[in-house]
Amino acid sequence: MATSSLRDYLAAQENKSFLRFLTCGSVDDGKSTLIGRLLYDTKLLFDDQLAALEKDSRKHGTTGDDIDFALLVDGLEAEREQGITIDVAYRFFTTDKRKFIVADTPGHEQYTRNMATGASNSDLAVILIDARKGVLVQTRRHATICSLLGIHHVVLAVNKIDLMDFRQDVFDEIVFEFRKFAEPLGFKSVVAIPMSARFGDNVISHSAQMPWYDGPALLTHLETVDVDTALADAPFRMPVQWVNRPNLDFRGFSGTIVGGRVKVGDGIVVPKSGQTSTVKRIVTMDGDLAEAQAGAAVTPVLADEVDVSRGNVLSAVKDRSEVSDQFAAHVIWMSEEPLLPGRQYLLKLGTNTVPAQVTDLKHKIDVNTLEHLAAKTLHLNEIGVCNLSLTTPIAFDPYASNRDMGGFILIDRFTNASVAAGMIDFQLRRAANVHWQALDVNKQARAGLKHQKPVVLWFTGLSGSGKSTIANMVERQLHAEGRHTYVLDGDNVRHGLNRDLGFTEADRVENIRRVAETARLFVDAGLIVLVSFISPFKSERRMAREMLGEDEFVEVFVDTPLEVCMARDVKGLYAKAMAGEIKNFTGIDSPYERPEIPELTLETVARDPAKEAARVLTYLRTHGYVA
Amino acid sequence: MREVAASFENPVMLYSIGKDSSVMLHLAMKAFYPSKPPFPLLHVDTTWKFREMIAFRDATAARLGLKLIVHINEDGVKRGINPFDSGSALHTQVMKTEALKQALDKYHFDAAFGGARRDEEKSRAKERIFSFRTASHAWDPKNQRPELWRVYNTRVNKGESIRVFPLSNWTELDIWQYIMVENIPIVPLYFAKKRPVVERDGTLIMVDDERMKLRDGEKVEDRLVRFRTLGCYPLTGAFDSSADTLEAIVAEMLTARTSERQGRLIDSDEKASMEKKKKEGYF
Repeated sequence: MATSSLRDYLAAQENKSFLRFLTCGSVDDGKSTLIGRLLYDTKLLFDDQLAALEKDSRKHGTTGDDIDFALLVDGLEAEREQGITIDVAYRFFTTDKRKFIVADTPGHEQYTRNMATGASNSDLAVILIDARKGVLVQTRRHATICSLLGIHHVVLAVNKIDLMDFRQDVFDEIVFEFRKFAEPLGFKSVVAIPMSARFGDNVISHSAQMPWYDGPALLTHLETVDVDTALADAPFRMPVQWVNRPNLDFRGFSGTIVGGRVKVGDGIVVPKSGQTSTVKRIVTMDGDLAEAQAGAAVTPVLADEVDVSRGNVLSAVKDRSEVSDQFAAHVIWMSEEPLLPGRQYLLKLGTNTVPAQVTDLKHKIDVNTLEHLAAKTLHLNEIGVCNLSLTTPIAFDPYASNRDMGGFILIDRFTNASVAAGMIDFQLRRAANVHWQALDVNKQARAGLKHQKPVVLWFTGLSGSGKSTIANMVERQLHAEGRHTYVLDGDNVRHGLNRDLGFTEADRVENIRRVAETARLFVDAGLIVLVSFISPFKSERRMAREMLGEDEFVEVFVDTPLEVCMARDVKGLYAKAMAGEIKNFTGIDSPYERPEIPELTLETVARDPAKEAARVLTYLRTHGYVA
Repeated sequence: MREVAASFENPVMLYSIGKDSSVMLHLAMKAFYPSKPPFPLLHVDTTWKFREMIAFRDATAARLGLKLIVHINEDGVKRGINPFDSGSALHTQVMKTEALKQALDKYHFDAAFGGARRDEEKSRAKERIFSFRTASHAWDPKNQRPELWRVYNTRVNKGESIRVFPLSNWTELDIWQYIMVENIPIVPLYFAKKRPVVERDGTLIMVDDERMKLRDGEKVEDRLVRFRTLGCYPLTGAFDSSADTLEAIVAEMLTARTSERQGRLIDSDEKASMEKKKKEGYF
């Protein structure tokens, strides 16, 4: 090939359009086979890969002497053995018209979260249906997830039609049923194609086996379908990833533009602070740009000294991002641990990471019927609609107008696992209209009158560990010294404020949230609050700590071993729990997570409770809470 | 890359000197411009790399003004591990996988960039861009973090780490095209030249130094060859080619009938060998 024509070829490659799509379907619908077929028929397999494939086909194949295309893409050992695709696999192929990235996603229900992963970066979905089986629960689930994640274009690939003698009535019936279900999902296009991935009918070219079908073959459709999302015409958005400061004379903001375009001289706003400026330069290593648009990684320099850090968004002035700490969102739960409303998670959206909690789970969605069902928690692979509350406001856009500005993940604060994917629907005006009422007499004034520094002493430990006994002694002594105190005791609070709550994990979280809020109000009133709660979960204790100011939370771990508590069994509860009469009893069939670094650890086995109470008082004195 | 620099305390870029590493390094230079990338380069030297690779590595770090850390598994050297007598599997395990773990532990890196691409090999096709590793560096393909949109979960506990693969969605052809368009320097071994090679078990091995002992009947001949991937010289197959310019290489690529890893002897050792190595901590 001559150099000039090679340059032309490369230029043509660069200008080719690009389609990211995913394939989804149930186990054995033939997804992997279809992708293998596409790679094979577009001549993208190398000789050594082909030879290996033929060898593997004879060894593991399920297709007799023919090549088993699925073996080409099923990479991991476990799935080879089980014959199912476990994870998302990304494949690349190119034709004269387009370049493609395919996300091959799993059909098994427990791996639905991976399907959502594949869908989040795709513009089109190929949903496979086994012509022998028709529309299944999985088909519906996949269509729902695609719709939720903002995929507007769907190809319904009715595969294995060869096993139904290429019959049109079989095809028509499946298509009818799917369209009926998918109608409320609002896809812009649904193209149904009857095919046989194994034999290549209607994959690359029109099949002679089905003269009744006059639509396009799969590849023809993929090459020509228009999925342009017009992101470059959206309002300008650039989340700041990194403040670029090589020396005192340069301060740029590095990030990738996720919406619209920006020119030198354009006005921008940082929605969270409301500060405005204009773009002075758009810096890249290949020289300054006059203009940049969605997809470009750039480092703009602003004309004014504006306070911008990672997590801020540079936004068009006229059509700026919304800012809120409360919004409604769809959530796909991806963890074995269920969603607990009230528990604090970390929410990551763009370059922002902030603590967040689900305040209200409105309902979950039945993916078969799209019905709304009442729910208290979400389990793995369930989809729900909920309200979220963040500790600080962030800039965002509804997911429907910008995926990068409205899609987020929730992260478990202890395991750091990604537990959910969410899509913001709209902000809740509620927060915007309820402002804090500033009062003239404040916490300091109230506490000053009492000659004490308000604080929460949070006693945690197993049932029967001696929390209440010690808390009681501490309060008695403080009272005798003329201090203003209050004890919030687990059992007592459950008789009143929390009488509507049970002992499931979700209720325990809400239990602690209410108590922590109450303790916070009492601290605001200037009191020394003694909370005596089992509070078995680290996350809730951390939530309580974070609700209060610095130095206002002292964690007191009453470290009495389970055996001792069981032997004491003051209330006879362990005996009942062991007999199975009480469910979810901490230490028996519900875990107690030990504090890692409590301010104080008390022991009650070899020591006198009065001495331990005295240690608490000493702590208060040495840390200046009381004189 | 900026996500990593902004979210981790102590990131590092694994620099293997190959073409992918060259592209990755070039991208890093661009991502942080006008600053320098805020992390060092780490090369795990098995002591069996081509001499031209080592020279290129040192020249590149000096040219770009970046800190380069070279780590050798001294214990493996003492034990006399080498690709000829120990076998390629043990050699790779000790001098690459173990050495990498040693280096990551020694310097307490919590994030490491690698140049792996999803199109290289089946198990790599399923790798995340941000891939979580336990404190003992193991990869659990069944327990990967879902990765949606461009939102990457960068949270790790102490001792745990993340491997980051910025080139995940690049193909081999993309790499070459980018090298050509951006004029990125690469090791001369990629270009065809007369080199002393020996044909062994159907593969052309270049005799890079005197440690390579000839077997009976083998003889060194000068052939016009080049390499498609680079690693330890005794484990890297050359092939006959006259492509001595980038244009010629890309043209040759376009008509190629074999995949690049065919020249790598470690992949075909045992079934699903790459996946197994990755679980043990190999990149």
